[in-house]
Amino acid sequence: MIPACPIAALPRGEALRIETDPPIAVFHTEDGELYAVDDTCTHQDASLADGWLEGCEVECPLHASRFDLRTGRVDAPPAKLPVRTHQVVVRDETVYVVPSDLPPNLPPGVRTGSA
Amino acid sequence: MKSVAIVGASLAGLSAARALRAQGFGGRLTIVGAEPHRPYDRPPLSKEFLAGQMTTADLALEGDGEDLDAEWRLGVAATGLEQGRSLRIALADGSAVEADGVVIATGAVARTLGGNLAGVHTLRTIEDAAALRADLDAARRLVVIGAGFIGAEVACVARTLGLDVTIVEAAPAPFARALGPEMGTALAGLHEAHGVRLICGAAVRTLTGEGRVDGVLLEDGRRLDADVVLVGIGARPAVDWLDGSGVTVGDGVVCDTGGATSVPGVVAVGDCAAWFDPALGAHLRVEHWTGAARRPATAARTLLSGGAAVPDTLAPPYLWSDQYGMRVQFAGHTLPGDEVSVEEGDLASRRFLAVYRREGRTVAVLGVDQPRSFTRWRRRVNEPAGAR
Repeated sequence: MIPACPIAALPRGEALRIETDPPIAVFHTEDGELYAVDDTCTHQDASLADGWLEGCEVECPLHASRFDLRTGRVDAPPAKLPVRTHQVVVRDETVYVVPSDLPPNLPPGVRTGSA
Repeated sequence: MKSVAIVGASLAGLSAARALRAQGFGGRLTIVGAEPHRPYDRPPLSKEFLAGQMTTADLALEGDGEDLDAEWRLGVAATGLEQGRSLRIALADGSAVEADGVVIATGAVARTLGGNLAGVHTLRTIEDAAALRADLDAARRLVVIGAGFIGAEVACVARTLGLDVTIVEAAPAPFARALGPEMGTALAGLHEAHGVRLICGAAVRTLTGEGRVDGVLLEDGRRLDADVVLVGIGARPAVDWLDGSGVTVGDGVVCDTGGATSVPGVVAVGDCAAWFDPALGAHLRVEHWTGAARRPATAARTLLSGGAAVPDTLAPPYLWSDQYGMRVQFAGHTLPGDEVSVEEGDLASRRFLAVYRREGRTVAVLGVDQPRSFTRWRRRVNEPAGAR
């Protein structure tokens, strides 16, 4: 489990990036839900934490691919592959991420440091 | 409408096919493409593909298993459009496609300087990119003619390959057409900081060499040695095939705000189309990826409704460029005389966000390595003055 931030540091409508390998983006929706997905868009190298959060969807800041934060599903192209999701846990006012065991869908040309 | 032919099998054509099917069109769909390839993504051709970080397979635009139930006629260009009981598209191999509706998505072709010296390139297709890369691998000196985004991105890749690079631009500043002279000048420093020689306000007289290019001669008499030359002086709409069709063509196919052309049952999208832009009060041909990806949904509604659908509000034009690890993003359209102010960051650090205003209204926004702020500011472009 990776500590992300105190819950107070992530207001609704905001996102933050955790510098894991690959990085993870944590979103706090306007409805108060917390979601975590790989930060890198599956289409090309761009940070989803820098994207536009609307409902349970994030729009990539580069090419406007949209992902469902609950499932990682692609809701709008050009992305073709879903983004990997991670579990979020809040304990003692702190947001934690439980990283997924599944392989990430990173875009062409982007590798993890260990790969 | 029982049948639709899409002429053009790149991003705009594919997006039109997807939109037609998503909007419930169940009739016969034919997609004509001059290139032999399935739809592929062009922006990486001057970036990751040229740099060798992306393969041909990575460029594919269609998803695995995606099936639009279309008949693909690839590797054959359209040569004419005739109006009769239906619309008839003549093809270069002598055959024809008949349809009730037509989507024109033939894109644009690179402008050239003429001549046929080896080592002189333009960059538009996957073959262009492969040929340019092969030449760069064997070269020491690259001259880029035209300081637009494609030229700048190629310059950037060539620098990482260790070439000596010079960019020649006729205007007083680089990127001036897209970004205006002030911000163009701000970005010039980025290239100079990476060892690119930038010569602005200089017109090219001729390319020199016997069989193969060996230099570029400028109007002021200066001579630049070159093993490879990239001509990046823009593109013209690929609309010659519409001569005599009755489709009105200006700088591209003239369209209303929903993509309708002067001919009923014919819409146009992508780089070849000049839609009426209400925010500008003029027709504007937009050569950006996002327009080719998004506007076909509007054009498909126009086509399927026989022009009765109310067009969506046009999203402002948007472009991005990757140069030396910096991400340049621009949305909107700037005209000479717009007021430009840096709202975040500063020019010296080359991380900034600049806003363009006209009569108090935000008409464009430029972000350099400011993706998060850019995402927010982009949504304010073309809002009425004083909306926020």
